[in-house]
Amino acid sequence: MTVTEPPGVAPGNRGNADFVRSAMAPAAKPPSSEVGAIAWLRHNLFTGPLNTLLTIGLVLLGYWTIPPLVDYLFIDAVWTGSDREACIYTAERTKVGACWAFVVDRAAFFTYGFYPLAERWRIDVFFVLLVIGIVWLLHLRAPRKDLAAIYGFVFLPVASFLLLSGTPSLGLPTVPTNLWGGMMVSVVVSAVGIVVSLPLGILLALGRRSNMPAAKLFCVIFIEFVRGVPLITVLFMASVMLPLFVPDYMQPDKLLRALVGIALFASAYMAEVVRAGLQALPKGQYEGAMSLGLGWGQMMRLIILPQALKITIPNIVNTYIGLFKDTTLVVIVGIFDFLKAIEASRIDPTWAAPTVSTTGYIYASIFYFFCCYAMSAYARSVERRLAVADKR
Amino acid sequence: MTNTAPAGLKPAKLTHETAIEMIGVNKWYGEFHVLRDIDLTIARGERVVVCGPSGSGKSTLIRCVNRLEEHQKGRIIVDGVELTNDLKRIDEIRREVGMVFQHFNLFPHLTILENCTLAPIWVKKMPKKDAEEVAMHYLTRVKIPEQALKYPGQLSGGQQQRVAIARSLCMSPKIMLFDEPTSALDPEMVKEVLDTMVALAEEGMTMICVTHEMGFARQVADRVIFMDQGQIVEANTPDEFFRDPRHERTRLFLSQILH
Repeated sequence: MTVTEPPGVAPGNRGNADFVRSAMAPAAKPPSSEVGAIAWLRHNLFTGPLNTLLTIGLVLLGYWTIPPLVDYLFIDAVWTGSDREACIYTAERTKVGACWAFVVDRAAFFTYGFYPLAERWRIDVFFVLLVIGIVWLLHLRAPRKDLAAIYGFVFLPVASFLLLSGTPSLGLPTVPTNLWGGMMVSVVVSAVGIVVSLPLGILLALGRRSNMPAAKLFCVIFIEFVRGVPLITVLFMASVMLPLFVPDYMQPDKLLRALVGIALFASAYMAEVVRAGLQALPKGQYEGAMSLGLGWGQMMRLIILPQALKITIPNIVNTYIGLFKDTTLVVIVGIFDFLKAIEASRIDPTWAAPTVSTTGYIYASIFYFFCCYAMSAYARSVERRLAVADKR
Repeated sequence: MTNTAPAGLKPAKLTHETAIEMIGVNKWYGEFHVLRDIDLTIARGERVVVCGPSGSGKSTLIRCVNRLEEHQKGRIIVDGVELTNDLKRIDEIRREVGMVFQHFNLFPHLTILENCTLAPIWVKKMPKKDAEEVAMHYLTRVKIPEQALKYPGQLSGGQQQRVAIARSLCMSPKIMLFDEPTSALDPEMVKEVLDTMVALAEEGMTMICVTHEMGFARQVADRVIFMDQGQIVEANTPDEFFRDPRHERTRLFLSQILH
């Protein structure tokens, strides 16, 4: 076939074949221009003129913004003080950065709202219980996930309710919800939304895919109705319309109404996320389970949902992040959440100083960013693990 | 009805115990008439190979046997139980009928062993220890006991299909259905799966097998059924079927697949 003898071909040993390899080519190292720091820079930062320009532009942007930001947040910042005097301009203090003294001074209010001082330890216990539940449920290698689920979905809600709302029989005086406020309310509202929306969303998703026309119709109407209405509307309906329909003596609590509204709203979104997961599973998984004689419930519980939920974890967390930030909307029905606590302190004359508002908002954004970034980092780590598992 | 059926639609074996009886079965997908007047009786211990062009309804036929597909007219009686909308009966039949799919349909989130013990534990309420013993027995029979703790994705196609066979056998079914079990396999893997099926056939399992492996049909089938356009066109012993196909359509089909 070829005129010149290719390397690796033993002459005179060819038989009828045109080409017979006598030695396998060994794997070789890539050339040095393809590895190391210089190659990385060339491949990632200076690929072409446009990329080089963008790299330079971004470096300049960082140069212009980062030093002033550091100045404002740390170097010129005021760390101690008990009122506005600490953060106002004076003859000797012509530059004032972030007024952290304000945040430090009002930190307890931001966290606990108007919750009575003597009872605030209950909120701390609640936070600890919550963190235990989150770590136990989400840490992939944690032991006894079944117990964790019972802890997270049964024990924690009940214990939290008894703790926060109070149980006089256990020596915990009742604290009415109009005294609740701050970070604690934001966390409670988000936690309830998160804990309720997943099971309810799963039920709605299963209902929507069910063969029973009545159940299916109900789920479709519920999901589409809730998704078609803004959260603010749902909250208004829950807090303004609902009281019109029930007699005075059974008026549900204001916070409870908002909680129900948020939980139902989140469930509708969760249902669509779970449905996407159910639909992503190949039909063969259903058929394999059915052919073995598994009933519908067993099939869903043992085969379909474990797989469907696993592939939807990133989307579930995404919904949770949205829900977490949406909880700031409860302020419009008069609930005193974290952002509202900052807002109220910011306009308090005790702390009337030029940088107080900005500092308060920076604190809020740090809190929200920390929580949301933690959620999204977790989702990404799960995704990475799933990618590894898929390659198995 | 079975009394008047032609010889080919009756069991080739002389045992008179009936495993599956289909009488005047019809099925439509919307407007499409996918199964037309299927009359078929299969005896206990009989091995039937179903072949035919794609879209001829052969997969649908065997999927009707364990109600993965619903037939709209006619009767299907499996192991003395008639398939109706009664969910209890359907589950009862599915426990007795094992099925092996083209794409294995193993559960990727469970280990091989868990794949095999799942149904015995949850459907038959077998203690976990016993179920694992049974599973290891069948995994040994399909020659992959050493893979028990791996996940399906770590196995080759041929190994996965053998696990799927073992998984079905763990329910000790009376009837096994095979829906093109080797069609999705790399050529090098086909033999190991066919060998497993031959061994199963030699033990007297009642089998219906949709396949284009004509060598397998020759070797183990008691009857070969050829389907086209939702109908049984020809049914005969493999010797006769391959040596002397009677119907024009059968001859054309065989000339296409036996080069």
